[in-house]
Amino acid sequence: MSTISTPAAPGSFRYQLASFWSDFSASRGALVGLIFIVFILLVALFAPWVAPHDPAMQDRSALLVPPVWHAGGSWNYILGTDAVGRDILSRLIFGARYSLSISAMVVVISMGVGIFLGLLAGYFRGWIETVITRVMDVVLAFPSLLLALGLVAILSPGLTSAMIAIALVQLPYFVRLTRAAVIGEKNREYVIASRLSGAGHLRLMFNTLLPNCMAPLIVQATLSFSTAILDIAALGFLGMGVQPPTPEWGAMLANAREFMGSAYWAVTFPGLIILLTVLMINLMGDGLRDALDPKMKRS
Amino acid sequence: MFKFFLIKLAQLVPTFIGVTIVAFAFIRLLPGDPILLMAGERGISAERYAQLESQMGFDRSLVVQYLDFLKGLLHGDLGNSLVTHAPVMDEFMSRFPATLELSLFALAFAVIIGLPAGVLAAVKRGKTLDHTIMGVSLTGYSMPIFWWGLLLIMLFSSTLGWTPVSGRISYMYFIEPVTGFMTIDSLIAGDWGAFLSALHYLILPSIVLGTIPLAVIARQTRSSMLEVLGEDYVRTARAKGLSNFRVIMVHTLRNALISVVTVIGLQVGLLLAGAILTETIFSWPGIGKWMIDAISRRDYPSVQGGLVLIAFIVMIVNLLVDLAYGVINPRIRH
Repeated sequence: MSTISTPAAPGSFRYQLASFWSDFSASRGALVGLIFIVFILLVALFAPWVAPHDPAMQDRSALLVPPVWHAGGSWNYILGTDAVGRDILSRLIFGARYSLSISAMVVVISMGVGIFLGLLAGYFRGWIETVITRVMDVVLAFPSLLLALGLVAILSPGLTSAMIAIALVQLPYFVRLTRAAVIGEKNREYVIASRLSGAGHLRLMFNTLLPNCMAPLIVQATLSFSTAILDIAALGFLGMGVQPPTPEWGAMLANAREFMGSAYWAVTFPGLIILLTVLMINLMGDGLRDALDPKMKRS
Repeated sequence: MFKFFLIKLAQLVPTFIGVTIVAFAFIRLLPGDPILLMAGERGISAERYAQLESQMGFDRSLVVQYLDFLKGLLHGDLGNSLVTHAPVMDEFMSRFPATLELSLFALAFAVIIGLPAGVLAAVKRGKTLDHTIMGVSLTGYSMPIFWWGLLLIMLFSSTLGWTPVSGRISYMYFIEPVTGFMTIDSLIAGDWGAFLSALHYLILPSIVLGTIPLAVIARQTRSSMLEVLGEDYVRTARAKGLSNFRVIMVHTLRNALISVVTVIGLQVGLLLAGAILTETIFSWPGIGKWMIDAISRRDYPSVQGGLVLIAFIVMIVNLLVDLAYGVINPRIRH
């Protein structure tokens, strides 16, 4: 354990990776989370081959069929069908594509823009920092879902606008984290050495500072990813996200709502898959934090 | 302390101006012409259009319009709803108590369960109980609350018939609004039946809205308890021979509470965001449902006014949390 910070292999990427992996895999929860995420990613990727049915196909002879373990259920529709006879399992499998890819885009956008703004704020300080932090304060003053809803109303409901809205709402966390990390690192000796040897602003910001600020950002990225899945589903549920008949998890819930009394499966499974996915990502995030952040280690 | 308060208040001014600019820009960025939207499908004559345009001030420069908006805001005038034609301020104020009541009950639920759970987990660190509590709270933290609400309705309302599905009080009661809090108003009216009915209607929505704050509070309590348990003064207290209970409750919990209180205060933004979903599910007549309706009906003055007021509330609460932190933490008393 104590060998982790010995200067034996500084800069050796494989050494760092091995040390990271030994910390990460020490947590059973994190491993379970990782395995689940990989599984659901594969399912989403190979959805057309994995799903038993076409997610849009309506079987008029099989409306609201219960899951297979009920009387009247059939192996043809393992998790039952919805009100217009579409296979719920297939819709969930295709829904994973939307939830995961939109959320991944959200993280990429808000992390990319957030890191850039945070680097600017922390590196240059002065009025640039004031402007950036004030604008982020304004974003934070609104409840996130409300701001996202308002933005979607401006941009007109749909997949792209939901993505942009949620990315904007997530932005302040990345900006704040990057800025704080940059300020902490900026006057360390390796940065000064790099500056004295003639590195320019861009090189200092992106090559010298950024790699040393990544640990908290990676943890935040997993958190953002799970929040994005929840927010996308919430927007879909409120009818402001991905529009029907797209098999998005939140929109599926909204559609099934009126059959709550008669067909519990149509409500239960979409929510359950949202909960499981978010829970597993959060489990993985906890493991990542323990492995990447020495201050939080073994608390 | 007062100086500290003034400095904090002054720091809010630029943020608040930013909020008003966002809300002001909002109505101008929306697709479509607000006057045509107001006119609806009947259409509008050119003269009437010009008349409305000058009446609403859309023919003047943006800067003048913005300053007018600010002036109205300072006088508590946020314009009129396009749907009901009532002042937005009145519409907001008549619904706000419903949301506040729900949020307070949700927060109470979260604190009453989350705090002891967090303490218990910290004391039993590494044991099965700790793992169970942390597992459950991570699940609560990951919960899509709109689904959670539907599940609870299916179980407790549809199947068991224990709780009502929607609204604030049984239709058998009519309570004259005084404070807008159904529970308080029914007590003022001296009607016990109504009071119990109001509580009955509050149970499920409070649980749904309180779930995520509960999880956050339990996690935060556990981690700050663990931090404090490692402090020298806790070791000293133990060395003095104090009972384990006294060490935990007095020496540890009191100090751990400092960061927990901050986290509880920061739940307000989360509660207001959660209220949008919770109120939609339970048809709770609060500002969350009102905002959703306003957005879907394209009632832009209501959306704009609601955004400003909600952001204002969040900022004020965060300021109060900052102050409370200064008061209860003797180390950073200014």
